[in-house]
Amino acid sequence: MSRNNWHLYEVFIRSKNGLAHKHAGSVHAQDAETAILSARDLYTRRGEASSLWIIKSSDIIASDPGEAGELYDPSDDKIYRHSTFYTVPDGVKNM
Amino acid sequence: MYSTDLRTDQEKKSADPQVLDDAKLWDTFQSRIDNGDVIEAKDDMPEKYRQTLIRQISQHAHSEIVGQLPEGNWVTRAPTLKRKLILLAKIQDEAGHGLYLYSAAETLGRSRDDMVADLLSGKAKYSTIFNYPTPTWADIGTIGWLVDGAAVTNQIPLCRCSYGPYARAMVRVCKEESFHQRQGYEIVTVLAQGTLAQKALAQDSLNRFWWPSLMMFGPSDSASTHSSQNMKWKIKRHSNDELRQRFVDATVPQAEFLGLSIPDADMRWNEERGSYDHGEINWDEFWAVIKDGGICGKDRIRARRAAAKDGQWVRAAAHAYAQKQETKERVA
Repeated sequence: MSRNNWHLYEVFIRSKNGLAHKHAGSVHAQDAETAILSARDLYTRRGEASSLWIIKSSDIIASDPGEAGELYDPSDDKIYRHSTFYTVPDGVKNM
Repeated sequence: MYSTDLRTDQEKKSADPQVLDDAKLWDTFQSRIDNGDVIEAKDDMPEKYRQTLIRQISQHAHSEIVGQLPEGNWVTRAPTLKRKLILLAKIQDEAGHGLYLYSAAETLGRSRDDMVADLLSGKAKYSTIFNYPTPTWADIGTIGWLVDGAAVTNQIPLCRCSYGPYARAMVRVCKEESFHQRQGYEIVTVLAQGTLAQKALAQDSLNRFWWPSLMMFGPSDSASTHSSQNMKWKIKRHSNDELRQRFVDATVPQAEFLGLSIPDADMRWNEERGSYDHGEINWDEFWAVIKDGGICGKDRIRARRAAAKDGQWVRAAAHAYAQKQETKERVA
């Protein structure tokens, strides 16, 4: 069987205006035009979308999961970054 | 089920990954799983976990794709325009399920082309249920009711599978399966409440599909040696027998409501367990269908090969067009 080597595109759906696009899955296609048509057929048959984004998977730049520990350290030693660190005197309102 | 390991012991042995993972990776991986962590595509994972998932997800995808064929048989013969439209929508969903699943499997490093090649060569397995013929319209109802009903029972726990891309695909699939099951039950209801001949059609179809539907859940726990590691890795959440029991308990009252009888003389309510006891499943038939493809196995593969061959010119044209556009853009 021949290998088609189609591009892989990632599909992002905005379910309605006012919300952000969210990753839904991927499609294979030869070009962007057919990719967006296929994405429409595959992911939005029941009113799931008001807008679609697609991007070639190979164009996504991702962080290394192996470095997730250091990169996304919760910085628990920097508790002053959270509003709960501060005391507000009794009687002070709207803060 | 679609995800049950259908390979023979020989096939399993020869497919075992040659690379041995180091014990430390297994330990850290297991503790992530035990903590309820979800594993994502680029995370470190034991090779065996990866291979198990590729095998399971691709087999599941093949089942969705082949599952279109028994139903496609009835598109031109559906009794009304309404039923024809519903059937087309359902078949389109099945194709979609196959595509979600191939994509999920691809995140583990195997290309869709390779997986499809395995299906066409006969190397890959798919659910045995689709190798049974659908000679009457009632079968389309029964498939929706029983086969998709069994699929929902199996797939809801898979939504919480430890592998993120598979779990997310299953959430999408489950939303659509519930429409499939209900449209099937509606077809059977219309027949069961129709003329005597129509009711007989529904009963005959139930007689043929009942046992194969129970077999979809895979070998009995006492005979299934491979599920414990999958349970430990949370690829699987419940045993085959547990899911089968859940399906039986849900389905028997649905048949009773329609005045149809389950073709099992040993089926009875067990007051003590609060569940139905069912008769022995004929596992020889199950393994025979896996081995020789049953009545329709050869037809199914032939149909998939023909689809691949007949569609080749479309793919070639799309490729030529894409290349041409790209050249044009570069020149401009």
